[in-house]
Amino acid sequence: MDTLDLDIALTLRSFRLELALRVGRETFALVGPSGAGKTSVLRLVAGLVRPERGRIALDGSVLFDASVGIDRPPEERRVGFVFQEYALFPHMSVEQNVGYAGGTNVPEVLERFHIAPLAKARPAELSGGERQRVGLARALARDPGVLLLDEPMSALDTHTRAGVRAELKSILDRLELPVLLVTHDFQDAAVLADRVGVLVDGRLLQVGTPAELVAAPRDPFVGSFTGANILSGRARPGPDGLTAVSVADGSVLYSVDRAEGLVHVAVYPWEVSIAREAPDDSALNHVRAPITSLVRVGNRARIQVGALVAEVTTASVERLDLEEGEVVVASFKAAATRLVTRNPS
Amino acid sequence: MIRRRLFAIALVCAAVLALAFLLLPLVAIFLRVPPGDLAAQLGSDVAVDAILVTLKTTLISQALILLVGTPAAYLIASRNFRGRALVITLVELPLVLPPAVAGIALLAAFGRLGLLGGTFDALGVTVSFTQTAVVLAVTYVASPFYLRLAIASFEALDRTLLDASRTLGAGPARTFVRIALPLASRGLAAGAALSLARGIGEFGATIMFAGSLQGVTQTVSLAIYAQLDLEFDVALALGAVLVLVSAAILLLVKLIPAWTRSTSTSLSPFARFGSS
Repeated sequence: MDTLDLDIALTLRSFRLELALRVGRETFALVGPSGAGKTSVLRLVAGLVRPERGRIALDGSVLFDASVGIDRPPEERRVGFVFQEYALFPHMSVEQNVGYAGGTNVPEVLERFHIAPLAKARPAELSGGERQRVGLARALARDPGVLLLDEPMSALDTHTRAGVRAELKSILDRLELPVLLVTHDFQDAAVLADRVGVLVDGRLLQVGTPAELVAAPRDPFVGSFTGANILSGRARPGPDGLTAVSVADGSVLYSVDRAEGLVHVAVYPWEVSIAREAPDDSALNHVRAPITSLVRVGNRARIQVGALVAEVTTASVERLDLEEGEVVVASFKAAATRLVTRNPS
Repeated sequence: MIRRRLFAIALVCAAVLALAFLLLPLVAIFLRVPPGDLAAQLGSDVAVDAILVTLKTTLISQALILLVGTPAAYLIASRNFRGRALVITLVELPLVLPPAVAGIALLAAFGRLGLLGGTFDALGVTVSFTQTAVVLAVTYVASPFYLRLAIASFEALDRTLLDASRTLGAGPARTFVRIALPLASRGLAAGAALSLARGIGEFGATIMFAGSLQGVTQTVSLAIYAQLDLEFDVALALGAVLVLVSAAILLLVKLIPAWTRSTSTSLSPFARFGSS
C-alpha cells in the first residue's frame, strides 16, 4: 500500500485551494511561490486544518472524509511532520524531543540520525543542520505512515544549505514512505524529489519529474519557476521548418518547437553563451545588448544581457574580460528553446 | 551655563524628593519602635490570629485562582471566538473596580439577601462574614491579575509547537501539560506573584463582605486597621510584616525572567504566520 490519497478543497484568504494528489512510496515536492497554499496542504493532511470538502486517506485508512463525517484528530493520524524551522520543543533536550512521541527505541533513532552525541543538548545549542536532523528523527520516531516536510531548507543559511540538502536527500532515499515536501525553491525540489507538482493560487499547474518540468514547462509560470528565461512574442512559421518569434524589442528568435500566435519563449540560462561578436556557429539566436548585471556565484557567473540571463563560468568572464555596461552578444540554439502558447491578455 | 546647571540640580532634587517621599513611610515603620519590640508584638493573640487567617485564606484563594484560572486562561487564549475581546475586557473589569464596589457586589451576589443567598440558605450555608467570604473576596479582587497575565503568556506561545505536539501523538490535554504549561511558566509565575500580592493586601471588599472578626475573618490588613486605636505597636509590627512580604514578592517578580531559562526556540515568533 503505502500511499497517500487526497482530494480536497479549502477556501483560503484570497483563493480556493483545490487539489487531488496520490503520493506513493516516493518523495513528492509541492513547489510554488509563497502564499500558494503549499503549507495548507500539509496541515490538511496532518489534521491541523479541516478541509471544506474532500477525502484524505493513508494506506487505505480514511483520515478525513467530509461526506461521511470522518475527521480523525492529528494525534491519531500516523503523520510525521517536520515543521518549517523545525518547531523543536525548546524546554526539552534532543533526547526528550525525539522521545516525545513515545517511540520505543529512542537511542537507536538518535544513532541512526547521528545525533546521539547531542542527546542532552537543548535545541538552542544546535546548528541549523543538526536541528533538521532532530526534527526528522522526532517525526520518524513514531513510525509514521507518511512524512511531511515544510520548507525543510528555509531555516538554513546559504553556506550549509547544499550540505544539508545532500544529507536530507540520502535520508529520504532510504525511507520507504510517501514523503510530501513543500518548498518555494525549485532547485531544492529538483534535488530532493522524484516528482514535482507546481502549485499556484491553490491549483496544481503541472506535475512531473523535475527533468520533465525543466524540459517541457506547460505554463510560463512553471518555466520561469524552474529558472528559465521567459520572453514574450508572436510566433509564425519560419524558414527550414523552424518557428520565428518576434519578441518585444523587435528582434526575431527561432525555435524548433511549432506554434503560432502569442507565445512565451523559454530558454535556460545555461543554454545561453556570451561573446563579444556574434559567433559563426550553430546558434541561430543572437541578442545584442549591454550587460546590466554580472553576479559571480562560486565558479559560475550570472550575466543579465537585455531581457536574458546567461550562466557562464567565471573563467569565461575573465577570459573575455566582461564588465557591466559593455555590449555583448548572447547566443542560444533554436533547439534550446521551448515555446509555450499564451492566451492574449 | 548656569541655566543648564540649575536644570540638572532641579532634576536631581525632584528624583530625591520622589524617592524620599515613597520610602520614608516604610522606613518609619521600622524606626518608630525598636526591632526587638516589633518582633515581640507579633506574639500577641491578635497578630498571630491575623497571620494565620491571612495564610489560610491566601493559600486557598491562590489555589483556586491557579486551578481554575489556568485552564480558563488557556481556553480564552487559544480559541478565536466571537466576543473574545469582550470576555477579556470583562476579566479586567475587577482590576479597575473600586474595592468598596467589589464588596457591595459580593454581598449582592452571595450575601443572605443576595442573588444566590436563598440558594445558599436552602443548603444551610452562610457565606457572608465567614472565612469563606474572605476567600471569595480575595479571589475576586486578585484573580484578574493572574488571568490577565496567564492569557497573555498563553497567547504568546508559538502555536507551531502545540501543533507539533499533536502530530507527535499527544492529545490536547497532554499538549497542555507538557508543552503549553512549561513554556508559559514564566508569565504564569509572574501573574501568580502579582495576584498573591494583591490578595494579601486586600482590604475594602473583605471588610464589607466578611467583616473583621478576630481569628475568623480578620486578615493582617484588617488587623492593622483594627489595632490602630488599640495597640499602635501591634499595627506597626503587622505593617512591617506586610512590607517584608511585599518586598519579597516584588523581588520574586523581578527575578522570574532569570530563573526560567529563555524559552525562545525557532527563529521568529511570527513563523506561524509564514507561508500558508
